[in-house]
Amino acid sequence: MGQVTNIVVAGLGGQGVLKATDVLAAVALRAGYDVKKSEIKGMSQRGGSVTGDVRFGTEVLSPMVPPGEADFLVVLEPTQVDAHRYLLRPGGILLSPEMIDLDKLANKKGLNVAMLGALSVHLPMLESDWHKVLAEQFQQKFHESNLQAFTVGRQSQQKNPGS
Amino acid sequence: MLLSGNEAIALAAWHAGVALGAGYPGTPSTEILEAFSELGGRAQWSPNEKVATEVVLGVAFGGARGLATMKHVGLNVAADPLFTAAYTGVSGGMVIVSADDPGMASSQNEQDNRRYAVAAGVPMLEPSSSQEAYDFALAAFEISERWRLPVLLRVTTRVSHSKTVVVPRDRNGPPRNPHFERDVRGRVMIPANARPAHRRLRQKLAEIEAWNETSEFNYLVPGDTSLGIITSGISFMHAREAAPHASVLKLGFTHPLPMKKIAEFVRRMKRVVVIEEGDPYLVEACRAAGLAVEGKPEMYRFGELSVARVRRILNGDTSPEPVPPPGKPPQLCDGCQYRQVFDVLRKRDCIVAGDIGCYTLGVLPPFEAMDSCVCMGASIGVGLGLRHVLPPDQARRVVSVIGDSTFVHSGITGLVEMVYNPPPHGHVLIILDNLTTAMTGHQEHPGTGRTLKHEPTGQVRFEDLARSLGVRNVHVVEPRAGSDEFERVLDACLNSGELCVIIARRPCLMIAKRLKELELTGAQTKDRR
Repeated sequence: MGQVTNIVVAGLGGQGVLKATDVLAAVALRAGYDVKKSEIKGMSQRGGSVTGDVRFGTEVLSPMVPPGEADFLVVLEPTQVDAHRYLLRPGGILLSPEMIDLDKLANKKGLNVAMLGALSVHLPMLESDWHKVLAEQFQQKFHESNLQAFTVGRQSQQKNPGS
Repeated sequence: MLLSGNEAIALAAWHAGVALGAGYPGTPSTEILEAFSELGGRAQWSPNEKVATEVVLGVAFGGARGLATMKHVGLNVAADPLFTAAYTGVSGGMVIVSADDPGMASSQNEQDNRRYAVAAGVPMLEPSSSQEAYDFALAAFEISERWRLPVLLRVTTRVSHSKTVVVPRDRNGPPRNPHFERDVRGRVMIPANARPAHRRLRQKLAEIEAWNETSEFNYLVPGDTSLGIITSGISFMHAREAAPHASVLKLGFTHPLPMKKIAEFVRRMKRVVVIEEGDPYLVEACRAAGLAVEGKPEMYRFGELSVARVRRILNGDTSPEPVPPPGKPPQLCDGCQYRQVFDVLRKRDCIVAGDIGCYTLGVLPPFEAMDSCVCMGASIGVGLGLRHVLPPDQARRVVSVIGDSTFVHSGITGLVEMVYNPPPHGHVLIILDNLTTAMTGHQEHPGTGRTLKHEPTGQVRFEDLARSLGVRNVHVVEPRAGSDEFERVLDACLNSGELCVIIARRPCLMIAKRLKELELTGAQTKDRR
């Protein structure tokens, strides 16, 4: 099935974890990859842990990222980093929310988009594709602040290339 | 397009020309009807899955296509019409979606509804991806009409909630022209008609089994003959990834099973392992047919399968599995009015017969104020049973706690039981009415007086219902910070020794804003009338 890129986004209910995986999956599809996205929600909307898996490549089979095989772990809530670290493969990249200076975000709720900006630096998809998908997936009124958050996220990686 | 399995089923229903979709919200099935409605389809929430299935059966008796959706435990409620609908058969296509939840992401059990296809005698399809969810749903209507039987489309959480690529086809089937054709022998299941109907059903199943031997739903992924894998549903994806060189017999039409095709596959392989989530359904069928196949060790019966678990099964690895670190559990929202209710119940040391919904979280610290939760509506019957037999000092502390949507689903008959067979020291039923089906994502129900599309319709008023059934002590209270009203009313009820219904009504915080908007537009529509 060729090379598959595995990404897990983790956080708490209400942080936009699933929206972030929707955007990521749509960008990968736009770039011509086979994509699968999986999530466990259920009772998560009551503030519990939420994770979403995105896998893309030439052909993707299982929709779930096997534990210990995530190439990237994107965490939106500092308390959720340790609980999800086991998902990363050795040498995989952890992107944690401390990388983003929340004061720089025009809209504080844009952390999920800022984290996607940080992730995007490590992925082969074009920045213009990300911008198009952000425009498609959110209401128009959020677009400017999302683009700003995305840029803040990208800039965070130029200083701090993951851990 | 990138669609979840649920969205793919909705799109197929739209393309199949489904005249009406009905169901009751339940994870992981809820989004099907919502997406179908958004596409322009006619969809409704019914009080429960039994009613939804009966409505859809009527649609299919009328020659139109109908879709019923529910979570796995919902099919328990709908089992009654299902079993006999298999006898009556249908005229228009009838598809029932059962969304199972292995691993119990959001359910009270992990029953495997493939058993229902066998028990009721209906054809079953099991998709492995959103593309198959779309294709199989479309095909299910054709199969239903060809053999005039309801068809079970069985999905699981990972199929329903994963998004994968879907290439849609065109609409299928001719436009339907619903009309009534009398068929008393076929549809009135008195014993004299049901006896031949059962024989007809078995004859149809035999024909379908023969047809399924060469159907496109079951296919071979060629590979080494040293290892053959028989699999279905999402397990197919895990198995192919875990064993890329194995030969795989992928079963999509899993009742009745194509046993000749399976036997031929087994004969050609050196070793055959059946990879399936949940119950040993396929492996038992193989063994009953005398085929030498390996199943999974019992430890893998529990929870979902994954690529890692399939690797372990293939390696015969039964060593303890790594336990992932605990995440943050869900809890009642800050500011949720039910926090006050459970605080009070805990302080009073009540024995709480609970029910299914957000409020089940009252079992967790800091409240720990729930003593049972079994199935939709069980709070009332279980509470009454406890009241009947416990010594008076304990019986007087028993309360039943049920949510508004759950009350409509299966609590009304419990309330009738309370009036008809009252315990000696009375009973206290608390209906937690937050004006929505909160747990599954805020769907409407008959108590809200709004349809699936949030448009005004007839409304069931719980206080009127309880009074009309003969309950004399019916109280409507608003639990909120700074008010001891709920506490006072509860004390009075617990001390009364009579039958009491307390409706604790306050909108869920998460819909308060939407509710205001709806009430404004609702008021405007009334003014216009």
